Amino acid sequence: MAQKQRLRRTMMFIPGNNPGMMRDAHIYGSDSLMFDLEDSVSMAEKDAARELVYQALKTIDYGSTEIVVRINPLDTPYGRADVEAMVAAGAHVLRMPKTETAKDITDCEAVIEEMEKKYGRPVGDTLMMAAIEGALGVINAYQIATSSKRLIGIALGAEDFCANMKCQRTLSGAELQLARQTIVLAARAAGIDALDTVYSDVNNEEQLRYEAQLVKDLGFDGKSVINPRQIAPVHEVFAPTAKAIEKARKVVAAIKEAEARGSGVISLNGKMVDKPVAIRAQRVIELAIISGIISPEEV
Amino acid sequence: MKNLIGHEIPEQVAEHLGLGIYGVNVDPRVEGKDTASSSEKEQKRSKVVGSIEEAVRLCGLKDGMTISFHHHFRNGDHVLNQVMETLARMGFKNLRVASSSLTDVHAPLVEHIKNGVVTHIESSGCRGKLADAISHGIMDEPVIFRSHGGRAATIADGKLHIDVAFLGAPVCDVYGNASGVCQDESVEGVAECGSLGYAKVDAQFADKTIILTNKIIKYPNAVQSIEGTWVNYVVVLDDIGDPAKISSGAARFTKNPRDLLIAEMAAKVIVNSGYFRNDFSLQTGSGGASLAVTRFLAQYMRDQHITARFALGGITGQIVKLHEEGLIGTIWDVQDFDVEAAASLRRNPSHHEIDGILYATPFNRGSVLNHLDVVVLSALEIDVNFNVNVLTGSDGVIRGAIGGHPDTAKGASLTVIVSPLIRGRIPCVRDRVDTICTDGRDCDVLVTDVGIAVNPSRPEIRERLSKVGLKIYDIHELKEMAEKVVGKPDPLEFTDKVVAVVTAPDGTIMDVIHEVVD
Amino acid sequence: MKISTKAEAGTLESGDIHVEVESKEEPGVEVDLDSTVMKLYGRQITNVIKDTVKELGVDGGVLITATDKGALDCTVRARVKTAIYRACESKNYTW
Repeated sequence: MAQKQRLRRTMMFIPGNNPGMMRDAHIYGSDSLMFDLEDSVSMAEKDAARELVYQALKTIDYGSTEIVVRINPLDTPYGRADVEAMVAAGAHVLRMPKTETAKDITDCEAVIEEMEKKYGRPVGDTLMMAAIEGALGVINAYQIATSSKRLIGIALGAEDFCANMKCQRTLSGAELQLARQTIVLAARAAGIDALDTVYSDVNNEEQLRYEAQLVKDLGFDGKSVINPRQIAPVHEVFAPTAKAIEKARKVVAAIKEAEARGSGVISLNGKMVDKPVAIRAQRVIELAIISGIISPEEV
Repeated sequence: MKNLIGHEIPEQVAEHLGLGIYGVNVDPRVEGKDTASSSEKEQKRSKVVGSIEEAVRLCGLKDGMTISFHHHFRNGDHVLNQVMETLARMGFKNLRVASSSLTDVHAPLVEHIKNGVVTHIESSGCRGKLADAISHGIMDEPVIFRSHGGRAATIADGKLHIDVAFLGAPVCDVYGNASGVCQDESVEGVAECGSLGYAKVDAQFADKTIILTNKIIKYPNAVQSIEGTWVNYVVVLDDIGDPAKISSGAARFTKNPRDLLIAEMAAKVIVNSGYFRNDFSLQTGSGGASLAVTRFLAQYMRDQHITARFALGGITGQIVKLHEEGLIGTIWDVQDFDVEAAASLRRNPSHHEIDGILYATPFNRGSVLNHLDVVVLSALEIDVNFNVNVLTGSDGVIRGAIGGHPDTAKGASLTVIVSPLIRGRIPCVRDRVDTICTDGRDCDVLVTDVGIAVNPSRPEIRERLSKVGLKIYDIHELKEMAEKVVGKPDPLEFTDKVVAVVTAPDGTIMDVIHEVVD
Repeated sequence: MKISTKAEAGTLESGDIHVEVESKEEPGVEVDLDSTVMKLYGRQITNVIKDTVKELGVDGGVLITATDKGALDCTVRARVKTAIYRACESKNYTW
C-alpha cells in the first residue's frame, strides 16, 4: 500500500529490463525497491522494460516493501507512457528524474491524476518523489519539495549533478556538501524525506559506511543502494546507538506516563520534555525496533 | 629338533603353539643381510616402476576386477583418465571403477563404458557428460552411489573389495610413503591437494596399491598420508592434477547476495539453537551458502567469546582463518576444498589429516562425526518431510554427489540444511523429491532465503528460535510460497530402468534413480 | 492488431526469455519453445505464450520462437507482449 510516512533507510535500484533481479528483490530487506525505467534502460528497450516492470508489479508479491518506479522525464517520448503503465500497475511511488522546477512536478502530477481516473485508482493514491540532479534543481529545492501533496521526499542524484557542476565525485564528498544540505533543509521545511544518492563501488564497504554516516549526520532519512550487499551496512549506520535508545526509552516512558495522567505536560527527572525531544525519541524507538535492536514488547 | 643355529627346540612346544622352528623347512637366510648403504638401498629397493602399464602388469590386474581412485583433486584430477586410457589400451574389459567421487573432468569414462572396458561404477557422485550418459541409460549395471562414510565402512568390512587402487599423490618417496602436501617447502612443483583422507582407506584395504606421483622426494617422506607398507608400486607421471581446480565448482567462495543472506540466517539459527556453546564442534558442507556460514558465525564467536573444540570434514580457507585466529581448536581434515586449506595442513600443527573411516564410518562410536554439534549442508531439493536430494537435478539427471551428507546429517546433533527457495525457476522445496539421499528425520532446520522451517521432531529448537524473534514457517508454507511464484511443476518422466542406486550410510538401498525420458 | 514485421524481445540472460514473433500462413498460434526448465514448465510456458497472444487479439497466424532461461510467467507475458507490439509496429498499449 502506498504510504506517505514510512521508514526509508534504503532504496534499492533494480534495472527495469532485468527480470533475473525482479523475482524476489525484496527478500534482502531494503525499505524500498526502485525499478528503473530511465538510465539503466537503453532507448531501444524502453518499451520492453515498461512492460516487464508492469507485469512484475501486477504479479509478484513484494510484501510490505515500498515500490518506487523511476520513470523517464515527460519531455521524452517515454515519460507519459511510463506514467500510464505504472499508475495502472499500482506502483506506490513514481520517482521523477532530473527535476529542476516545481512545474516538472505539477506537470507530472496532472498526468498521474489523469491516469488514476482512467484506471480507477483513487486520485492522490499515487505518491511521487523528486530526484534533484542539477544546479537548478538544488536552487529550486524548496519549491520542488512543496509543489505537491503527493511528494514523499526529494533525493539527490550525484552523478548527473557532478556532470552538471563540472566537478568530480570525491571521497570526502565536498562537491556534494551544499547540494546535500540544501536538499535536507528543503525536505525538512516541507516535512518530507531527504534521500541520498548511490555509492557505486559495491566492494568498498568502508566508503559506503562513510557516506551513509555523513548523510545521517546531516539529517538524511536514507540512502539509495545498488546491490543487496549494501543494505546491511547502511541499515547499521542508520540504526540508533544503545545510548540513544536508552535515553529515548525514558522519554517514551515519560510520554506514556503523561498520557496516563491525562496531562499534556511530559516531565522526566523533574524537567519538562519539549515536543521535539519527544518526537525524536519516538523516532529513535521506531528505528530501533525496525533495526531489530529491541522488540516492540520491550517498549 | 635343532634349529638352524643349533639350539634344541622341543617339537611338541612348537606344535602346541602352532609356530615353526627357525631354519627348519624355510631358509630365513635366502636374502642374507643387506649391507648396502641406505642411499644404495633407496635405489635398489625402490618401488618405482617405469610406467602405469608395468605397475598394472605387476599387480596382476585381470578383467572383471575392481579398481579404485580418489577425488582429492576434485575437478583438477588428471590421474583417473590417464590410468583408464592405459587400461583400455591394454585391452582390459569389464572393470568395476570405484572412485571416492567423479566430476566433470571424468567425461572420458563414457567411451570406456561404450567399449566395455568399464561395466560397473561406484562413486559418491557424478557430474557432467558422464552423469548425463548414465542418466540416459548407457550402463547395463546400475551405478552404486555411496556416501563417504558408507564407502569407507564398506571397504573396511570387505563388502567392497578393491583389487588395485590407483592413488594420485602430490609427494612420495621411493618406498611409497605418500602425502598430499610437502613438508619441505623448498621442493618446487608440488601439486598440493591437501588431505588424502579418502585415499588412505583404499590404500589400507586394497590388495594392491599403486601410487601415481609427479614428485619423488628424498626418503623419508616422514609425515605421510599413505604409509609405504601399504604401497606396492610407485609410478612417476608428468602430471597428476591441477590444484587450482580443487576449489572450482561446489566449493567456490561466494559473493552472491542470496547465498550470503542464507548464510547469515543460518548463522543466526546456529547461534540461537542451544548448541552454540563454548567447546562446540562444527562442519560446513560444500556449496556457497554453506561455506559462507563460517564467516557470519565467526563474528558471533568473537562477540560472545565462544570457541569451537574442532571443525570437521571438508576444510576451507575460511575454517583455517578461524583456526589461526584461535576460534577453532583442532581441525580434523578428510578433504580440502581450496589451496589455503591444503597449505594449512602442512603448516598448522593442530590441523590433522583423518581418513574416511575415522571421519564417518557409521559403525563405530569413535568416528568423529558422532561428536559433531552442528553441521551445515546444502540441498538441491528438500521435501515437506525434510528428505534431501543432493544427487539429481530438476530434470531428473544426475548432477551432484552425496558426499558426507547423510553421514554427517545423522551424526550431528543439529543439522541445518541451506538452500534457496527457488533456483532460476526451479522450486527447491517440494512435495516429493525425486531422489532421497538423506533421511528427513536427520535434518533439523531448513534455512532458505525467504524463511526458516524447523522439523516438527525438534520442537525445542523451534521454540528457541521463535523466542529470539526469528519467524519460523511450516515447511508446507515454504513449498506453497515457492509454487506461488513459479507455479506447480509438472512431474518428470522416467523409464522403468534403474540406472543407479543410492545407498544409505549402512549400505542398504535408500532410493533408486531411473533412466530419464527427454 | 496485425503483424507487419518480424520482431523480437527479451534476452538470453538467466531468468529471461527471448521471444521472436512472425506471421505465418496458417491461422492459429504456433509455439516453438526451448527451455532450461522444459520438463517441469515447458507445457505451462507454452500455454502462457498462447494465452498472451490470444488476449492481444492478433490477426492471422502467429509463429513464436522462444528460448527460455527460467523466466517466470510474468516475464514470459511481458516479453511476448513487447515482441507482438513491435511486430505489429503498434504503440497503442493497453494496461
